Amino acid sequence: MNRAKTLRSTLMALLAVGTTLLLAGCERPPMESVQHGFRGTGMVQVYNPRALEAKIEANELPVSLPPASDEGPRAAKAYQNVKVLGDLSVGQFTRLMASMTAWIAPNEGCGYCHNVANFADDSKYTKVVARRMIEMTQHINADWKNHVADTGVTCWTCHRGQPVPNAIWFKANHQPQGSNFIGDKSGQNEPHPAVNLSTLPNDPFTPFLLEAKPIRVGGNTALPSGNRASIKQAEWTYGLMVHFSQSLGVNCTYCHNTQNFSKWEGGPPQRVTAWHGIRMARDLNAAYMEPLTEVFPAHRKGELGDVAKLNCATCHQGAYKPLHGQSMLKGFPELSKPAAASTVTAAAEAKK
Amino acid sequence: MAQYLNLFTTVQATGPLQHGVPLGPGNSPRSVEPFFSYWAGKLGNAQLGPIYLGGLGLASIICGVFAITIIGMNMLASVNWNPVQFVRQLFWLSLEPPPPSYGLSMPPLNQGGWWLIVGVFLTASMFLWWARTYRRARELGMGTHIPWAFAAAIWLYLVLGLFRPILMGSWGEAVPYGIFSHLDWTAAFSLRYGNLFYNPFHALSIAFLYGSVLLFAMHGATILAVGRYGGEREIEQIVDRGTASERAALFWRWTMGFNATMESIHRWAWWFAVLCPLTGGIGILLTGTAVDNWYLWAVKHHVAPPYPDVFPAVTDPALSSGAKP
Repeated sequence: MNRAKTLRSTLMALLAVGTTLLLAGCERPPMESVQHGFRGTGMVQVYNPRALEAKIEANELPVSLPPASDEGPRAAKAYQNVKVLGDLSVGQFTRLMASMTAWIAPNEGCGYCHNVANFADDSKYTKVVARRMIEMTQHINADWKNHVADTGVTCWTCHRGQPVPNAIWFKANHQPQGSNFIGDKSGQNEPHPAVNLSTLPNDPFTPFLLEAKPIRVGGNTALPSGNRASIKQAEWTYGLMVHFSQSLGVNCTYCHNTQNFSKWEGGPPQRVTAWHGIRMARDLNAAYMEPLTEVFPAHRKGELGDVAKLNCATCHQGAYKPLHGQSMLKGFPELSKPAAASTVTAAAEAKK
Repeated sequence: MAQYLNLFTTVQATGPLQHGVPLGPGNSPRSVEPFFSYWAGKLGNAQLGPIYLGGLGLASIICGVFAITIIGMNMLASVNWNPVQFVRQLFWLSLEPPPPSYGLSMPPLNQGGWWLIVGVFLTASMFLWWARTYRRARELGMGTHIPWAFAAAIWLYLVLGLFRPILMGSWGEAVPYGIFSHLDWTAAFSLRYGNLFYNPFHALSIAFLYGSVLLFAMHGATILAVGRYGGEREIEQIVDRGTASERAALFWRWTMGFNATMESIHRWAWWFAVLCPLTGGIGILLTGTAVDNWYLWAVKHHVAPPYPDVFPAVTDPALSSGAKP
């Protein structure tokens, strides 16, 4: 009798330990469920209030330097080799430079980009990249208002006090062991953080955010009418969508109607913003990041020698709107000026 | 003093070892001398063996081993032959069907060729095993209910991996061999074809699946509950209802006004179980071949209700003029 009791309590203890281990990977309840659409249709957003609290702290704005006077000589006159922002006053120009140091290289200081013996010198790759990134910021704020609206972006949106933003991506090496006759993963089937540890294709960025492969796979007619999109294609799209969800900290229903994910009519308007976001990421990767490939040193590049590129997470970093929709751009109007002509080619040539 | 009460008792009822009925001509001898296992007796019959292997069984096992080995070797190769990573990532690893661009042609081995070879062996293995269950049932003078129930599962397997890919003109439409990957395939399938929940055959399949669970719970509970009156001897009680049978029947008439009989409950269970993959298979077979978007199909046939719009009007931005492609 005693032996049976001991056995039973041992089994119960093992069961308890096993259950605890199995549940250890889960977020603890309670979750908050917020209705986002017509009642009873499953249009809800599920939030973990504890995770949200952590996000609020992570998305606090840094203190901005006080605005500088527009009076006095222009930066282009006062300094040498000023190719962007030359029409700012010296005060405004210096303020932005100091702000950029605080946003991007607070520990490294001016010397991260500049040759401190000669600030006009373009010998450091970081300076060439930074100049191009200023142009990119201006381009985003001027030409991509249908994604960033008047909130806009600044260097801080991505960098958050670090020389390299938290979330960047490189092309995946789909055949790390070479092209063998066995064991191809088809670009999927590994626990990959880019797709929330699912088995979905884990580099949906190359086809969709660099190239412009078709993302839409869903049927638009009840009966077959020529849509040849395959289930495999759907998996690639699904991988991209998981990245969206992860980057913004939202469910599918933030943008999609639960009934029919491909249907636009009656769906949340956020999807339109996201649609422009896809085009924006493509434009920035192709027009700004890729041409910088030669400028970056090898240790900043990916496994396949490609340049760091951006995706939704680069700005959003887990928030539905970067920095929860707070605008830093208002204090830095010079970053919203129309983009100038490309300087990168000239800079790359100068380097040679 | 221990006492035999019913099926699930701490006391095991074991008789002398049974070698089974004499076999007719054309049968191979049975292998494994039967023996008793205390632990097997905890779950079911304490006697293990004899096993009838036979030509069909042997061929089926060989084909099955080929299929599983090819899948396993592909998985092992995909983690660069690292056994630790093979175990750690096992649920993620998978053997994928060919890219759709190969259509129904034979792709290179590493582009789905292995997948196709596995399909041949696995299908052969299942058919051989099916024939084996049929032959063994017949040899014992039984009905063929078990092989036909198994055939229902094979139907669903064939729809997913053979019939539908052929109708769609591409092996790439088929399911990968992997734990998580086949689940992601299922979700992608639903997303591609406009929400499978609006597929009426999917709905039927779910109804039969949940129905099977319900019937199994009701029946299992009923028999256990009347076990103290000898209720587990349900088959003889089909014609000779004893007090167990009467009590069980009365319980269900009291609680829901109707009861199945000791005979009909097994037909209910069989049909519910068999109809689950049968209807599911029909639903899969129609998807992409006859219907491209189940939600729009459901709207067209007034299955899906229209909901009021609660968002500001949204239109596809790709259709607006001046949009960047």
